[in-house]
Amino acid sequence: MKYQPVIGLEVHVQLLTDTKIFCGCPTKFGSEPNSQTCPVCLGLPGALPVLNRKVVEFAIKAGLSTNCSITPRSIFARKNYFYPDLPKGYQISQFEDPICQRGWLDIQLEGQEPKRIGITRIHMEEDAGKLVHGDLPGLHDGSGVDLNRACTPLLEVVSEPDLRSSDEAVSYLKQLHQIVTWLGICDGNMEEGSFRCDANVSVMPVGSDTLGTRAEVKNVNSFKFVKQAIEYEIQRQIDLIEDGGTVVQETRLFDPNLGKTRSMRSKEEAHDYRYFPDPDLVPLVIDEEWVERSRRELPELPEQRRQRFITELGLPEYDAEVLTANRALSEYFEAGVAAHGNAKAVANWVMGEITRSLNDSGTAIQDCPVTPLLLAELLKLIDGGTISGKIAKTVFDEMWKSGKAPHVIVEEQGLVQVSDSGAIEAIIDGIMAANAGQVEEYRGGKEKVFGFFVGQVMKASKGKANPAVVNQLLLDKLKG
Amino acid sequence: MSISVADVEYVARLARLELGADEKEVFAGQMNAILGYVEKLKGLDTDGVIPTSHAVPMENAFREDLVSAPIGVDKALANAPQRSGSFFNVPQVIE
Repeated sequence: MKYQPVIGLEVHVQLLTDTKIFCGCPTKFGSEPNSQTCPVCLGLPGALPVLNRKVVEFAIKAGLSTNCSITPRSIFARKNYFYPDLPKGYQISQFEDPICQRGWLDIQLEGQEPKRIGITRIHMEEDAGKLVHGDLPGLHDGSGVDLNRACTPLLEVVSEPDLRSSDEAVSYLKQLHQIVTWLGICDGNMEEGSFRCDANVSVMPVGSDTLGTRAEVKNVNSFKFVKQAIEYEIQRQIDLIEDGGTVVQETRLFDPNLGKTRSMRSKEEAHDYRYFPDPDLVPLVIDEEWVERSRRELPELPEQRRQRFITELGLPEYDAEVLTANRALSEYFEAGVAAHGNAKAVANWVMGEITRSLNDSGTAIQDCPVTPLLLAELLKLIDGGTISGKIAKTVFDEMWKSGKAPHVIVEEQGLVQVSDSGAIEAIIDGIMAANAGQVEEYRGGKEKVFGFFVGQVMKASKGKANPAVVNQLLLDKLKG
Repeated sequence: MSISVADVEYVARLARLELGADEKEVFAGQMNAILGYVEKLKGLDTDGVIPTSHAVPMENAFREDLVSAPIGVDKALANAPQRSGSFFNVPQVIE
């Protein structure tokens, strides 16, 4: 029998606020355990949580960027369960009336039509603390609890079960990741857990309209692992059914070392969270004016910018896609275009030398030592014939190392292109005299030898001869 | 709806409460009394009334995203039954 996988994703997005969602403790990562805590996030009796306004602003932006409706009146709820990393015995979350509802993202796999993936809801909640086990400084027996992360603001983005393959799931996830990092509301660091994903996976016979029992796969902290975990889980369920077994609804943990999912027995007990409205937090009312203000503050989103690069700047689709991979890169590119004017020329350099140098040195585009203005200046030197495209790469390397302006480097190193035909003719004459055999070959019809002469002239001029002039003069002289 | 001893046991387990047999009987009776009282609300016409989530008519209490000083590790751990370095120390949690 053929099976159809059905996948829905729950993504936790840690928000880039300075303080926690319900208290003023800092959200800094990697501090001494329990040093970023106060009575609110420690869950001490009598402490009163107060909502961080910025969390609401960020949630609205996320909702508007994913085509959600913003709920005019939303409330917080207590989700009750016991675990040592949850000091209050409940997590403050949203249950009924989450802040954002009924959105969507369009994904497109290569060679396929675009497909709309529904977003059920986005809600705000607090993170739990962190448990540490084993041999850590200062920790003897048992487990250690660090509540620095407790009360850190999260958005949970819940998709509809609209995804039908691991590739679709990854595509959706990447797009969501791009949006939240683009908005500047999340740093997107998956290893540190700032953007984490749980996948609900089930399978059903092809043609069926009854969903199978789903398993929830947790702990997948890279795009690669999401793909692996979902594929493993799909195959596990198919094998189970084919062998006459049944899938049980359970939480499973992905083990990246084994590439497998395994049952988390500790969480097998059916959940009964006894949600109820949190009386400590008053309702959140967001009027139309607030929504519109947020909408006006939204940056141009990656998809819009990609389209504009194609329609207004005339870039090929591929270039537009690459240059909108992240906001900083697209802004660098636009600054370069503003200073130079030729979008395609700037695109080639940003996607070529710049990207290569950034990757080689592990530098972020924000810290690129060659600014867009300096890049534009370099391209103008090529346009004006001062240097050749080949020499420009040498100049670029020097700009990267020293941060100097290109015209300074060209002057200092005497790299100005030689376009003077007299000087080039002299070089050509010398080379033709020294290579009489090849001259004969060329004149005898072996035109491939032309490239040899170009190479020799460029070498003799240390790359400074103007290639267009060289080509023209060579053609003339070789004809004899 | 009527609360049975089994319901009391279920809720007690969720709340991690250990109750004696006589207590379960007592609580079942008390819960039934409370629910019976609340049943009276069913007699009211609540069409068009938004379910009450809060007793106080108030909305949008915010704080700005400004750091206030944490209380410090020693104060945070002052009431911990057991600490280990800067951690709260709890019995081994098995994943």
